[in-house]
Formats: sequence, C-alpha cells, structure tokens
Amino acid sequence: MTAPATVDTGYEVVIGLEVHAQLLTRSKMFCSCSAAYTTAPPNSNTCPVCLGLPGALPVINRQAVEMTVRTALALNCEIPPFTKFDRKNYFYPDLPKGYQISQYDLPLSQDGHLEFDVDGVRTRCGVTRVHLEEDTGTMHHAGDVLQEATSSLVDLNRCGVPLMEIVGEPDLRSADAAREYLVRLRQILVYIGVNDGNLEEGSLRCDANVSLRVRGATELGTKVEVKNMNSFRAVHHAITFEIERQARVLDDGGALVQETRGWVEARGATVSQRSKEMAHDYRYFPEPDLPPLQLGRDLVESIRAAIPELPEARAARFSSQYGLSAYDAAVLTGVRAEADTYEALVDAGVSAKVAANWQMGDVAALANEHHVALADSGLGVGGLAALLALVESGAINGSTAKELLSELYIVGGDPAALVTERGLGQVGDAAQLAAVVAEVIEANPKACADFRGGREAALQSLVGQVMKATRGRADARMVTTLLRERLSG
Amino acid sequence: MSSAGLTAAAMAAALRRGEVTPQELLADARAQVSRLDSSLNAFLALTDDLADRQAERATEMLRDDRLGAGPLCGIPVALKDVLCVEGYPTTAGSRILENFRPPYTATAVQRLIDAGAVPVGKTNCDEFAMGSSTENSAYGTVGNPWDVERVPGGSSGGSAAAVGAGMVPISYGTDTGGSIRQPASLCGVVGFKPTYGRVSRYGLIAFASSLDQVGPFAHSVEDAAVAYAVVAGNDPRDSTSVIDAVEDPLSALRDGVRGMRLGVPREYMGDGLEAGVRERVTEAIRVLEELGATVEEVSLPSTELGLSTYYIIAPAECSSNLARYDGVRFGMRVERPSLTETYLRTRDQGFGNEVKRRVMLGTYALSSGYYDAYYRRAQKVRTVIAREFDAVFETVDALVCPTSPKVAFTTGAIQDPVEMYLNDALTIPVNLAGLPGISLPCGFSDELPVGLQVIAPRLQDARVFRVAAAYEAATEWHRHRAPLVAA
Repeated sequence: MTAPATVDTGYEVVIGLEVHAQLLTRSKMFCSCSAAYTTAPPNSNTCPVCLGLPGALPVINRQAVEMTVRTALALNCEIPPFTKFDRKNYFYPDLPKGYQISQYDLPLSQDGHLEFDVDGVRTRCGVTRVHLEEDTGTMHHAGDVLQEATSSLVDLNRCGVPLMEIVGEPDLRSADAAREYLVRLRQILVYIGVNDGNLEEGSLRCDANVSLRVRGATELGTKVEVKNMNSFRAVHHAITFEIERQARVLDDGGALVQETRGWVEARGATVSQRSKEMAHDYRYFPEPDLPPLQLGRDLVESIRAAIPELPEARAARFSSQYGLSAYDAAVLTGVRAEADTYEALVDAGVSAKVAANWQMGDVAALANEHHVALADSGLGVGGLAALLALVESGAINGSTAKELLSELYIVGGDPAALVTERGLGQVGDAAQLAAVVAEVIEANPKACADFRGGREAALQSLVGQVMKATRGRADARMVTTLLRERLSG
Repeated sequence: MSSAGLTAAAMAAALRRGEVTPQELLADARAQVSRLDSSLNAFLALTDDLADRQAERATEMLRDDRLGAGPLCGIPVALKDVLCVEGYPTTAGSRILENFRPPYTATAVQRLIDAGAVPVGKTNCDEFAMGSSTENSAYGTVGNPWDVERVPGGSSGGSAAAVGAGMVPISYGTDTGGSIRQPASLCGVVGFKPTYGRVSRYGLIAFASSLDQVGPFAHSVEDAAVAYAVVAGNDPRDSTSVIDAVEDPLSALRDGVRGMRLGVPREYMGDGLEAGVRERVTEAIRVLEELGATVEEVSLPSTELGLSTYYIIAPAECSSNLARYDGVRFGMRVERPSLTETYLRTRDQGFGNEVKRRVMLGTYALSSGYYDAYYRRAQKVRTVIAREFDAVFETVDALVCPTSPKVAFTTGAIQDPVEMYLNDALTIPVNLAGLPGISLPCGFSDELPVGLQVIAPRLQDARVFRVAAAYEAATEWHRHRAPLVAA
C-alpha cells in the first residue's frame, strides 16, 4: 500500500508533533532498577521507588539528564540554568504513585528548531521544548478490547523508564512535512545514541495536533490530537485522514470539536477517544521530593562538545570532502555506524569513490544477507581495505575481489595470503596475455569481423572470451587495449 | 526495680556497669506496655521478634569493644507507625494500610538498628500524621499519661505518650506542623524537630513532603540530642536530605546561655495563649535571663499567616502523596465492577474524615484556575515567613516561646477542625521555614505539663540543644514523671 497523495483541501493545514522517546539509560529515571523492561518477566524490574510504595523517594538519574541535554543541544535548544520537576496528577493503574514526575513550567530546554527538506524545499520546524519525565507501566487486558475486558493485569517493568518529550511547534503544513520531521528527528535521536528509534514497539511515540484554517487566517483552528500511530506510514496516513475529515466538516459548515482521536490502523480512520470536557485537570505542582536542578555551564558545554557531527552536516561534508553525490552522501551518513565505517575505509587508504561503491553495493548486500554490518563482520573494515588495496594495485581484478569478499565476509582472513595461495593473482603480463588474445582472435573470426565493421559491442564478447580463458584473472583493461591494437592493426 | 521512667543515659550507664542487660530493659519496657497500654493505646503493634534480635545484637555489641556500641545500644525505642520497618505492619494510623507490611526499612530505622537500639513497637498516631490530638487514628484515641481522659497531642501522640508513660526512654515521631513538639509539650517530655533535611525521609510515609521531618522524644535534652545524632545525616536515597556534615549536637550541651541573645516573638505571646501557659513560659524566659542570656522582644509579623499558608501547602502535597492509596497494589481494596468505582469505594472506606478533608482542600488548591490564588500565593507567603525568621536571626541567636497555646485538652472536646488547627499556630511557622525546634517541659498548669519552645536558624540544631540544656540544667521539670509511670 502506498501513501495516499496529499490532497489540497483549500485550507491551510497546521500540524505540531509531540514525540516521546525512551532514553537508552541503564537504569530507570528515579531508581536503580534496570530500564531493560521488554525482556524481563512481568513486575520483576521493580523496587519500592518505581512501585510507588509508601515512603519511597525518587533520585534523579544523571545519565538521563545528560542524554536529554544532548538531545536538546542537537535540536538547537537553549538550556536554562535552572530547571525543576513537577508532578502531573491523575489516577490510572499503570501509574502507581497516582502522579507522573514530569516537567511543567521550567523544562530542561526550550526554543530549538529542526531544519529539513520537504520535496526539495528547505523547511524549519520550531522545537518548543525537550523535557524529561518517567514512563508508565503497561496494561494487559483480559479480552482484546478494553471496554469489554473483565480484568486487567498491570506490569510495572516499564514504569519509571526515562522518557523524553520533544514538543514541536505547530510549524508543519502537510502530512509529508510531518513525516519528514519525524524521520529527521528519529535519525538524530538514534545518531546521538539516546533512543533506539523503534516506533513499532513504542520506544519512540508520536502524537499529532492537527488543525485547519482558512488560508491567510492568523488564528489557529480547533485542534484535534491524534494518537496511536506506530509507524511513519501510520503518521502520514492518520494525518492525511484527519486533514480530509476536518476539511469535510468545515466544508459542510460544521464546527470541529477539540478532542483526542486514536488512529485505528485496521479501519484506516481516526476515532474519537476523549473530548475537551473530559480532559484531566493534572494539577501540576513542583515535585517536593526533588530539589530544583541547576545545570552548570561547564557540564552543558562538555555535553555539547561530545555531540557527534549530525547526519545532515556530515552528508554535506562527505559531498565536499570526498566528492560524493548528494544521494551517496545521504545514504552513507544516514546511519552513524555506516558513516564511521566509510571514513575508516577512506582513512585506511581506499579511494573515496571506490569505498562508496563497495560499501553501498556488495558490502550492503552481504550485510543484509548475514545481518552483520561490515564493522562487526569477520572481514572487518581493515580486511575490506586490504582487499580493495589488491584491486587498486592491480594484483587482482574486480570480479576476483567480489568473490573473495563474499567468501571472507563472515569468516575473515588475509586477502593477500589467499590470493597467493590460490594463484588468483591478476594476469597482467603483456606477453602472456598477448598469446591468449591471439588464440581468441583466431577462434572468433565473426566477432572480429563485426568489430572491424564498426560494431563496438563485439569487442566486449571478445574480452569475455579472454577472461573466460584466464578464469577471470586477466586485467580487463589490458585485454581491451591488446584486442584493439590487434584488430585495428 | 523496673527501669521504667529512667533516661536513656541512665540506662546506658547501667548497661555498661553490668547492672542490667538489654534483655532486662526490654522486659521492663514490655511490662510497662502491658500494664498501661490498655488505657493509653500508645502502641499499634509490637515488633517482638525484631526487639529480641536487637537485644541479642546489643548484648554482643556491648560485650565486644570493637563493635563500637553507641549510646542507644540496648536502649528500647518506639517508632511512630509512619516509619517503614520491613516485614512489620506499618499503617500510618489508617484503615487503608491495615495489614500492609512494607518490604523495606526506612533509613532512620535502619540507622537505629545498626546502632543496636531495640525497637519495641509501632506507635499510634493521627491518620497519615494529620491531626493535633491523635483522635484521627483509625485505631482508637491515645490517653495522655498525665490524665488518660485527655489527649496526648498529635499527630505523634503515641510516641509522646510512650515516653511520657515510661514505656520507652526514646521514641521517634514526625513533625510536619508541630507533630513532635506539640505532643511533647502536652505529655511533659522533650520533643525535637530537626532542620528540614537533616534526617532522611526515605521510608517515612509522606504527609507533606516539603515539611515532614523525623525527630525524637525523650525525658531529657541530652537524650534527645543523642537520639537525634544517631538518625541524622545525609542519605543519597533522599534528594532533599542535607549534604553538609552534622554538627555534634552534644558538643555545645554544657556551654550555657551566658552572652547569648534570645528573642521572644511578640506574636507568639498573643491573646490565644492560656493564662497558665503564658505564666510558665514567662517564668522560663526569666530563668534563661538569670543564666546570663539577654532577652529581647522581636517581631515575626507574618506569623498569623502561617496557619492558612500551611493549610494550603500541606493539603496540596498530601492530595498528591495519598493518590497512591488506590487499592490496586497494596493495602485495602474495596472491589467494585468498574475501576472508577473501585477507586472511589476503596478511598471512601479506607480514609477517615480529616484525611478526606485535606485531600479535598489540596485538590481544590491545585486545580486549574485556583492554583495562582492558592498554591502559588501560599508559596510566596512561605518565603516571606522564612525571610522574617532570617531577619530576626540577624539580631538574636535563638527564639524562645510557648510550644502549644494550651495544655492537654479532654478527648472529644474539640470538634471544629479550625479550632483544632489553632493548636499548631506556634509550631507551624518553624516547619514552613525548615528550622530546628525543640519543646521541653517548663512546669505545669492545672497539673498538666507546659512546654517551652526553642527555635534556631537552619542547620543550627546544636544551638537549640544548647539553650534547652541550659534551661533544663537550671530547673527540675524534666525530672517529673506522670504518676502512672511508677506502678
């Protein structure tokens, strides 16, 4: 199923995304329990603190604060010198304390932005704030549907896992732009090592606030919050659906209701969950169990200094420094480890273009096939560099290198030694090749005649014959030169 | 002869002279409890196994010098039932926590256990420490050792009565708005509220997090200082606990008050005081003057705002702190077909009226549209109150004043909640400012104890003990025991 095309409704679309990202910390936000909640038996990663037992108190996870600051800086946010935690109060069985420790009026960061291209047009979306809070537990309902469940089970393993909320400004003007923002944001989060980017499993979650207004209007229309979108595709579909639904209501002279709607994948529609009247009053107030946090400038600057070069900047540098096309540069920098591998290959002496071709071609195919990246493979970056050096020096030709690559990818080994051992060295001796070329000319009079008659393609079949005769080891360039000399002689 | 009514210092000395064993002290404590508690109801549960184990451990520690037995080693103590002790019932005086046994131990309790103290049991208190008479306990009222028909004060009434009745020489309570000092005053014992953050709150069932503080009851200032020192100090599990090292509270105990400047806040000697209380406290201040302190009247103009400020902030925090009692994971559950009904019925039947009143007050104060008018404003007034104390402490070293405006009243006599709240008018500002304060006996009015309150700047806990010890050394009030102590 392909994404539906964005329909021009005649209204201006206004979209803002709220993204929740679980942080890749070892322990939970306010206690020392492991944050690895998916693999543990239900309610095993718990303690008095994350169970909300009477008398237990929270202690801030330093690593979570640092990761949030790292994210905020990567999104060009300001880090105020003073920040605090607040309690967000509501009752639900997956929230054992009856409140979530979050941040209200003094978040860890604010006033950032993210820039990206939408169909070749440079787009900028403001980032209102990035703040830190704790995740809730999970509920398992007996029966598929909550409303029909006769009982529910609560698992508090996830409860207290550090959660970062990234609130975007309502600067997005289409479903495409919203998806692109999310793609870019996810890429950065994964790049800087704070989140695993898994929308399907919910370690990265996205809610969208969608509203329409007549073009040229300055006031925002009634907004609808759309939840439960578990993929980029779902985000795009749900927003598109919501734009069309709202446009229909407005076209019919109706009024929109401020509400929360859930995306139901199976129905391809958003469904009303909660109206504004039913919205909670969260009664935020400063968390009295935690003193305000004062982040020293030194700490912030040291975190800033440790942020890796971000994908977009790195792609631009790859283009200019290595002479790569914009496309190649974007592909090679999309995943941080891949970009690191590329630069390691170049550092090891492989020419920029050759490294790019191999990495995006045969190496990518093998990595896919074996589910092992080059850096983690038996051959490794060093092995591939050594292999490509043999090509570069003319010791072996390209097709031999391809065979060796696929043979050595998993098991590893010294390519040069193997070439010697098996006699795979390229036949580049002019006298030796001249003899083979002569035999091939003798045996293929028709092709020779065709070539002489101006059919260039005939030469390729003759080259192929020479390669066959040398079991692929001949230097193809030299063979071509020799054939041309002889046939035009 | 029973050790009932002795100070911990006297017991510790007897232990070291070999005149008594921890087991004998424990047996005396149990005998006193079994003789008196049917009329006092100070204890909600006895921690018999733990006490026996600790008595044995204390014996071991006292026998071997290398084990570093401290002053509380082998001394029976009682714990307010808001302090978690692993495996033992911890109810906070509430029906909703009936049968709740925490799987962990509070830091303060662990420090007592490590010091070889012998926890005899858990003491009765107002439900979730909300009250000034211990009449809000779900498990019955507590008698005052001086007159069992009267209240012991609250909310730590059980702990105050347990010391006042000679059941244990040391007990621990918590003070959110006066819940240690006021019952100490009403029961004729010493009660100390440390600087906020001096004693870890980890494992203390929260009422109002920014105000709660654990502290001791004792028969003497020295005992209180010792009991405080054992539990004080930074705890990485409580982020609000003070990091600076604790000043030895015993160091200045014999320094006297000569040359000290003491202030008497005008607003604390106002019309609300009973005549007998005013007379005893005035006499006590004169004693301190005779001991060489200079005494002057000072003013804390926002004192009268303390009560209303407190009754915004404390309920606001409590409304959130008590949200976890929802019947889902622990404690009482009244199961109903729907989740919402289960929440409502559980909390309706589990909580008493005063708790419900404060949860409602706090929920209202934090509600959208009311936050600025109530909670935010209260926080601002709280800051003003703290600054007024700071200003006064520019000119005086400590403050002396009454602890409670009245002596112990008859159980059931006060029905109006606001009238009840007035009992804490002189103690609440100290909590709002996070200061250390003590109440110590300074005589009697109509044969009922009167308490003198000493207040010092933040982290000057040792100074509180110094002033209190000087007064105590010059008077005999601390030697008086309620008649029922001796059989």
